Amino acid sequence: MCDSLSHASYSATFSSLASKTSVSPPPLFPPSFKVPTFSPLTVKPLSSTFTPHAARVTTITTYAATSPSSVPSDASTTTFHGLCYVVGDNIDTDQIIPAEYLTLVPSNPAEYEKLGSYALIGLPSSYATRFIEPNEIKTKYSIVIGGANFGCGSSREHAPVALGAAGAKAVVAESYARIFFRNSVATGEVYPLESEVRICEECRTGDMVTIELGESRLINHNTGKEYKLKPIGDAGPVIEAGGIFAYARKTGMIPPQSK
Amino acid sequence: MASSLVSPSPTSSFISNKKYLGFSAFPSTSQIAIHKCKKRVSKKIVSVMAPQQSERKPATTGSVKTGMTMTEKILARASEKPQLSPGDNVWVNVDILMTHDVCGPGSIGIFKKEFGENEKVWDREKIVIIPDHYIFTSDERANRNVDILRDFCTEQNIKYFYDIKDLSNFKANPDYKGVCHVALAQEGHCRPGEVLLGTDSHTCTTGAFGQFATGIGNTDAGFVLGTGKLLLKVPTTLRFVMDGEMPHYLLAKDLILQIIGEISVAGATYKSMEFVGTTVESLNMEERMTLCNMVVEAGGKNGVVPADSTTFKYLEDKTSLPYEPVYSDAQASFLSEYRFDISKLEPLVAKPHSPDNRALARECKDVKIDRVYIGSCTGGKTEDFLAAAKVFLASGKKVKVPTFLVPATQKVWMDVYTLPVPGSGGKTCAQIFEEAGCDTPASPSCGACLGGPKDTYARMNEPKVCVSTTNRNFPGRMGHKEGQIYLASPYTAAASALTGYVTDPREFLQ
Repeated sequence: MCDSLSHASYSATFSSLASKTSVSPPPLFPPSFKVPTFSPLTVKPLSSTFTPHAARVTTITTYAATSPSSVPSDASTTTFHGLCYVVGDNIDTDQIIPAEYLTLVPSNPAEYEKLGSYALIGLPSSYATRFIEPNEIKTKYSIVIGGANFGCGSSREHAPVALGAAGAKAVVAESYARIFFRNSVATGEVYPLESEVRICEECRTGDMVTIELGESRLINHNTGKEYKLKPIGDAGPVIEAGGIFAYARKTGMIPPQSK
Repeated sequence: MASSLVSPSPTSSFISNKKYLGFSAFPSTSQIAIHKCKKRVSKKIVSVMAPQQSERKPATTGSVKTGMTMTEKILARASEKPQLSPGDNVWVNVDILMTHDVCGPGSIGIFKKEFGENEKVWDREKIVIIPDHYIFTSDERANRNVDILRDFCTEQNIKYFYDIKDLSNFKANPDYKGVCHVALAQEGHCRPGEVLLGTDSHTCTTGAFGQFATGIGNTDAGFVLGTGKLLLKVPTTLRFVMDGEMPHYLLAKDLILQIIGEISVAGATYKSMEFVGTTVESLNMEERMTLCNMVVEAGGKNGVVPADSTTFKYLEDKTSLPYEPVYSDAQASFLSEYRFDISKLEPLVAKPHSPDNRALARECKDVKIDRVYIGSCTGGKTEDFLAAAKVFLASGKKVKVPTFLVPATQKVWMDVYTLPVPGSGGKTCAQIFEEAGCDTPASPSCGACLGGPKDTYARMNEPKVCVSTTNRNFPGRMGHKEGQIYLASPYTAAASALTGYVTDPREFLQ
């Protein structure tokens, strides 16, 4: 899960949001799900640099943020700093996590870890440097840099889970396939960030990079170049909270977990 | 049975089932507004006709309603809103949720964690659980995953669970079906106008029934299990118009490979793909399923084929629940429209390693192959096997390479062994396959389409060249990373098996 985040800027806001929403937790889910109150259509307009799928995901989460003082998502101080691993276009889910490992159930903690150890193992041998060293179970690359249509192929949620379990914090790709993007946000496993140019052609595996989420910026320390990223927008708080359920709970959208 | 639905608005295209006239009743081109896509989507039209550009006619009724596409209408109804536009995020009521042995356990785990160990699912009759992916294997975890499904279905009293216990003999399991997308259709869970979500990318297959069907992940599925709802964004629609009589050497697989090759693997990302035209109308349900099945290979969110008499006939003996088909309004807006003159198309393959790596089959005739695989939701249905049998029958010769046959479901397996192949003098597919030297049809499941555990039948464990009727050919898809997979129609696959090279089926079909 994403643990390298600074929660300070969000905790106060979440509790204020929670107190504004009036949800009495009944036993069943649907009655407390006050859909009219959380109308996605009253959201403040997002940045015009949003691509359709980024905008789409942000609107999913804004139902909890319709109070007038909704959190400006770029107030985040979240940064990622680490080595990057560079892949090409159309990295499909079979390369991210080959089908033979899908017998591992992600909601099972031991199998979750095992899934992580197989992340990107399906990449062809032309990738001489592997994402995870042969006898390791975690990756030393916290950022994956990809090209177009990252995560295409199957709907398997095992794909973003494997990346997150392996230790990746963010993927920076030129564009995403929809189910992978949606799964990344719903699980909160990795931040699916989008670049404006083909960063995959300008970075090399092993380069040290920093991503400043609040500034929507990626810095490659080996080349000295900086790149603008498309703002993660309202998808950010969802991922930071730990996924769609955690976020919905945190913001009072759904009742606390029953024991 | 189908309920007739007649809308008072003259702009609506809701049609009574009894009076359905097919798309010939529509002025199919002149009133469609075509919006130019902002992105670099290829506008190349493979056909004689260019896209029609016309002004949108102003509403004449004074009604404020704008025309909606099929997908928009289905989502509008499911979200109880009178009007929707692409880009809207809406909470949708789910009619059917499907899951299988690979993603079911994970979805169940999330459901229990988030809603509680003792919580009940939102509707025990709207969840269909179909083990199909890793079934006939000694992999303990795979077997355990089917057990997890069973335990959940028992405690939740799930109505539709197509269980399997005896792995050594699929026929000993009366409930077991096989490939989920084919089973959903055959068991009558697909109805026009409904919303069907599944934890599998090829859930889009059943859009062939004029419903909104798309794939979701475990977390979304866990959410649906508890609430029966999901937040979805309304996609814009790309319209694909295919007119003309289907040449005898082409199948729906060729049509969709043509389209994917045209727009690329990301050409339909976040979009709906609507298939209309006289060619589409001439397709039977299984061929329409093949068409919609590979929508995801173009990045598409869902695919739809308008329901018509073919659909209603298919559903007659399968579902007793009422349904209401919906149709795109004449004034609906489509992002782009592509027109194909089918008579100009030729049998295709998708070369390694991408479904959009389109090539003419006849131009690959020097590609030597090691094996042929006929199976999966894409190419392992009854119609697919009938098609392959037709080619073997026409040739009368034996295959030159191992030819693996994996019927998608028990019903398909039965058809392979009982249905007479037209023009064969009463022979069944199975007999024709045997005479041609194919492998014996295997136990129905997803099989080697996606590789699977190492002991999966027909899995590619060494680098081989395979012509396959399946849906993806990314590196490692069928097992070995250096495997070379040529995606093709059942006609092309059978023809290739007979020569040992990628072969245009016209070599055998006169």
